[in-house]
Amino acid sequence: MIINDYCQKVGRRSIEFFVELGKWSILLYRIIKSTGYLLKHRRLVLNQMIKMGVNSLPLVTVVSIFTGAVASWQAAYQFQGVIPGAMSLDFLGAAVSAAILIELSPVLAGIVVAGRVGASIAAEIGTMRVTEQIDAFESLAIDPVQYLAAPRVTAGWTMMPILVIYSDFVAHLGAFLVASFMLHISPETFFSSAKKYFLAYNVWSGLIKAFVFGGGTALIGCSIGFHTRGGAVGVGRATIQAFVFSSAFILVGDYILATILF
Amino acid sequence: MSFDGKRVLKGMDLEIPAGKTSVVVGCSGCGKSVLLKLIMGLLKPDQGHILVDDEDITQMGRKDLFRVRKKFGMLFQGAALFDSMTVNENIGLALREHTELPEEEIQSRIKKSLELVGLADTDLKQPAELSGGMKKRVGLARALIMDPQYVLFDEPTTGLDPIMADNINDLIIETNRRLNITSIVVTHDMESAFKVGDYMAMISNGRIVFTGSAKAFQKSRDPIIEQFREGRADLSASSPSKKRK
Repeated sequence: MIINDYCQKVGRRSIEFFVELGKWSILLYRIIKSTGYLLKHRRLVLNQMIKMGVNSLPLVTVVSIFTGAVASWQAAYQFQGVIPGAMSLDFLGAAVSAAILIELSPVLAGIVVAGRVGASIAAEIGTMRVTEQIDAFESLAIDPVQYLAAPRVTAGWTMMPILVIYSDFVAHLGAFLVASFMLHISPETFFSSAKKYFLAYNVWSGLIKAFVFGGGTALIGCSIGFHTRGGAVGVGRATIQAFVFSSAFILVGDYILATILF
Repeated sequence: MSFDGKRVLKGMDLEIPAGKTSVVVGCSGCGKSVLLKLIMGLLKPDQGHILVDDEDITQMGRKDLFRVRKKFGMLFQGAALFDSMTVNENIGLALREHTELPEEEIQSRIKKSLELVGLADTDLKQPAELSGGMKKRVGLARALIMDPQYVLFDEPTTGLDPIMADNINDLIIETNRRLNITSIVVTHDMESAFKVGDYMAMISNGRIVFTGSAKAFQKSRDPIIEQFREGRADLSASSPSKKRK
């Protein structure tokens, strides 16, 4: 009986997941069809780019600087255990730089934005749903997907790569500060090893991840918002769901992209 | 029409007369607001057809549905003003989206619309700064801005004090008279219903149980209609008028 109930629960959850995936896909299709509308309404996209990108800068700055700092410190700890002697930290710059460009900046900046932006999109659109504002758009013959979702997803696609570039710089600064003041590595050693092993492909792969994560986070927030039911409780639930699904999307997407790109 | 397996509307044969104010009454939760949303195409019925100017909207794609919706204006129960926009932006949104009018013309129309509802100086306010009655009036101004042929009112007086409710009733009558539109008012406020309604329909248990003039509704001896009209919780209790006989 317990096994039966458990199997039913797993089956139901699996179906719900694929239903959700279907909703996201339909929404993405309708957003892509809205390209002409967005070209006429660039101001809507610009407003969302400011909200999503510019207003996320303080949080991304804090997260990135400490990400770089921790990466530097823990890489040093691992190198010293593996490579003995005075040369052990000569490759610190290269290792930390690669980690920041390929993984740390896109994923951590993505999760931070998922929490800040994805959840707030779900809350905003969810509130509009439960207070009939979405129905009001429809009654005015305005497509809420074009007016609300398309600008947000487009802003996600645009601003996330820009945020990750910014995060790359700030994380490198954090890594360098720890390397210089705590590990006593000279700037020449740190940056020459980073430069020697630098690959432009690492930057591009990080930006591809950022593009997918930014658009995906906004898409999930919009979809969950549009399907919110149940008043204030429903909006609260939607906010949490948006963060959880966006974070899971980033982590799973990170693995899938890693297998494709590397 | 069902929600999660529960049938809300079971049999609705209703024809709305043109140029009149039709009032649809019924108890709370009987499907009055659902009826309005079906007429607007915001919901799709499980079965049946909805004809607007002889076009069946249940078979339409999104593009055609939006074309038909431009004939409508709707005042929602809570006004449903867009929180992130000022009163001016709320009212002007449809004009900016659907017309190529210059900004001066749009502002002129917004001003006239606000004057019609008696809110001339509120265009820069946010919805959060407005009272319930003011929100409804702005909602009405928004619903009328595109010169619709049909206006739907979802519980227009709910939540308002008696004086403000009567103001809204007067607005509905005045709007109908000046703009020569077809109005459908959904309400359980009988005073409002009798004041504004030329034609009435009543929903009970998911079906239309009365259609006719407001006078005929007031005189009906049907026990379900009497019970609703007199606001009696118990169907079997006699009305005071019967007791006097």
